Amino acid sequence: MKTTNNHYDVVIIGGGVVGCAIARELSKYKTSIAVLEKEDDVGWGISCRNSGVVHAGFNYKSGTLRAQLCVEGNKSFAKLCHELDVPYKKIGKVIVAQKKEEIRELKKLKTQGEKNKVGGLQIIDSAELKRLEPNVKGIAALYSPETAIISPYLLTIALAENALTNGVSFFLNTEAKSIAKLRNSDFRINTNKGEFTSSYVINSAGLYSDKVAHMVEKDKYRIYPCRGEYYVLDKNASWIINHLIYPVPKAGTGGLGVHFTPTIDKNILIGPSNEYIKQKDNLSTTSQIMKMLSAEAQKFLPLISSRDIIRSYSGIRAKQAPPSEGGYWDFVIEESNSVNNFINLIGIESPGLASAQPIAKRVVEIINKKEKLSLNSNFNPFRKGILRFEEQDEETKKALIKQDPDYGEIICRCEQVTKKEILEAINNPLGAKSLISIKYRSRAMMGRCQGGYCLTRIIEILRNEFGLTLQEINLKGDNSYLFSGYRSDEVNKL
Amino acid sequence: MKEREVIIIGGGAAGLAAAVACKQKGIEDILIIERGDYLGGILQQCIHDGFGLEKFHTSLSGPEYAQRYIDQVKEKEIPFLLNSMVVNLTPQKEVVVANSNGLQHYRAKVIILAMGCRERTRGAIGIPGARPSGIYTAGVAQELINLKNYMIGNKIVILGSGDIGLIMARRLTLEGAEVITVAEKLPYSSGLSRNINQCLYDFDIPLLLSHTVVDIEGNGRLSGVTIAQLGKRGGIIPGSKRKITCDTLLLSVGLIPENELSREAGIVLDNITGGPQVDERGQTSVPGTFACGNVLQVHDIVDNVSLEAEYIVEGVARYLEGKLIKEQEIKVELGEGLRYVVPQKLISRKDTIFSFRVNQPGEKKILVFEDGKKVIKKKSLRRVNPAEMVRVKLSSSELEGIKRLKVRLV
Repeated sequence: MKTTNNHYDVVIIGGGVVGCAIARELSKYKTSIAVLEKEDDVGWGISCRNSGVVHAGFNYKSGTLRAQLCVEGNKSFAKLCHELDVPYKKIGKVIVAQKKEEIRELKKLKTQGEKNKVGGLQIIDSAELKRLEPNVKGIAALYSPETAIISPYLLTIALAENALTNGVSFFLNTEAKSIAKLRNSDFRINTNKGEFTSSYVINSAGLYSDKVAHMVEKDKYRIYPCRGEYYVLDKNASWIINHLIYPVPKAGTGGLGVHFTPTIDKNILIGPSNEYIKQKDNLSTTSQIMKMLSAEAQKFLPLISSRDIIRSYSGIRAKQAPPSEGGYWDFVIEESNSVNNFINLIGIESPGLASAQPIAKRVVEIINKKEKLSLNSNFNPFRKGILRFEEQDEETKKALIKQDPDYGEIICRCEQVTKKEILEAINNPLGAKSLISIKYRSRAMMGRCQGGYCLTRIIEILRNEFGLTLQEINLKGDNSYLFSGYRSDEVNKL
Repeated sequence: MKEREVIIIGGGAAGLAAAVACKQKGIEDILIIERGDYLGGILQQCIHDGFGLEKFHTSLSGPEYAQRYIDQVKEKEIPFLLNSMVVNLTPQKEVVVANSNGLQHYRAKVIILAMGCRERTRGAIGIPGARPSGIYTAGVAQELINLKNYMIGNKIVILGSGDIGLIMARRLTLEGAEVITVAEKLPYSSGLSRNINQCLYDFDIPLLLSHTVVDIEGNGRLSGVTIAQLGKRGGIIPGSKRKITCDTLLLSVGLIPENELSREAGIVLDNITGGPQVDERGQTSVPGTFACGNVLQVHDIVDNVSLEAEYIVEGVARYLEGKLIKEQEIKVELGEGLRYVVPQKLISRKDTIFSFRVNQPGEKKILVFEDGKKVIKKKSLRRVNPAEMVRVKLSSSELEGIKRLKVRLV
């Protein structure tokens, strides 16, 4: 670990989807970049805990950055996913009205969407809704063909890996503690892993972006954590819906309402709720909200059964709008007025995922205006993901096993993940070794048995093929150990 | 495409017993397909004793019990594949197997489903709270401790009084951990009474009935759970919440027959058992595909798994001889007091073993089999408990000529 003389042109604080997108975008230019991430892997904050939707952009007030960047992001998302080998499906979305007065809201959304230059929006009647979604209860709907789904963690990982390939340095488990402006106008960033200096600091710390901003400029922003809880349904229930299914948003709330999201891996998410909480790291789920989600789900999709639930989780929105006000404030993407070369990204809540790439472009523009960056001719926009054995055709599968017998060993039964994929996931370029990191990359442990079958096998691979000690086996970073020791002291002594 | 007479999916208790029984019936061309790297399945991690009392009239450990069958499989030279996962099963009884040698296609005259079950998880029962490490299902903990020699924690709360949870309470205590309590949501235990006595009471581990975990704390590793008492209707009794400092939560909250392959093959499943709907010989809705053991219904005693496997092989042999003929199909109707019955239907009137689980504990009950208003058989049960499967045999003479069959517990 380098502890001194860690100088970079740009230090990005926060390895979420936005931080990683900025890192990749900046790596298109000749500049040295470091990403500091306090967790054991990228994307563990807001980025991996959302619905994974590439919104079309009709939900946002015309003229706002949220509207503009979302629409821009949506239009270039397929290309981004193609470059990064990230699965992307444009499945479309329906916003379902159940009461007459809601149809007016749908029309308003359509008008707003058209003003925002969202293509293809249509109001459909109950017959057409029935055709698109036979199991959904509603009287009319707004259909948005441009809305897509992706895996938010795979995207974040892919952005980071591609940035890494293009020369960006990633420092995991590295938390910025304080920032000082030096005499030569550089920044000195003190972290738990030593000091970094840089000409620019980009604050993409998500939920903690207020805290990071506060390190150079007192009390300018405040982030209110607003939690959303979700259910995950078994793949066996995937036939129930074909599109993203949303209710008509209620004015004044800071969320889009409880919706149904097919995931790229063929699960369905139900959620999220919308609840301001006190602590930014409280990812608990609660029985009240879980009950509410079930009740809301029943309103639209009576076919869903509690038997289909395989997991619940929560994510936290980084909201600028205080609880007393609710609703949304626009994204802040700007250089600090008082601190030169300190760029803040504040309140990047939904549609932050869809907007990640345009946000990154804006940040690069800000720097480029001041620095006249020269292009990095070696920039490679392409990155290869882990090949998913299950998705291949029979002949390819046979060829793969012949080429590498590890493809023939299925470790995760529910998601049909092979040993080869697990090995690649563990061997990831960022060096993340937590079980969650393996899960996000490979899908192992994500299925209906939740690791009941494969957990032991994955641990054995980590131990035997990667030499991890018992203490190094963690669920999600330091202090989330799995084992208190060996069963028998005799073995311990060996 | 390789042809086999009988393919058995799963090399655990059910699969091994079925294989041995097939061979004894003179069926030569058998293949066992096992996903793990050893035969015996879950038995290999059950190092406690108490297995085989019914089957072998002696108390064996899980591995010893398994070994009796493994020895026979090897002696009878029954072929088996290890580290081989069945990735596809069709109604035409075609099987695709993946292993390091490649993808192999088989077609069988008979498929015996013996895939066992998986454990219900935290996600499936929706325990609220944080998501730290230190939450294990009992079976996974058993595998990690007994087969891998890893210790999963020091201060443990167990939710659910399923048998594996009870066995693990004792196991963890013997390994020096403190098992603080076992909380059971229901007003009665879901494990066998012998396990409650031998695994909890003998070690002074309290069993809290009508209690559940309502919150989990911990950022990295689990640091505590909150338990609460439940009222008659299942709601939390106000003021009963209590925080317990611990580092591990062990879940023993039920087993789910693992029927993903059955589903793929279009086999009709029973909503209550989670296993295939079968006739009196364990034949599923796909002719020539049979099921036995925990994939069919979750058993409490392995001896019954072996017996069930041997029993369905009667049907397998008859099927192969072309003699398993549908005489007249009737549905077995379920009356009051019973949660489920296996088989769900009868296609002949031959001797049949019925398995039941009751809805709630009771004493001095009578199991009544009826053909319309006519009582065919009555069986007195001194004590019934949902944790203990009831097995009753009806002879062909008792079943002869019936038009309907209804079973109830009075």
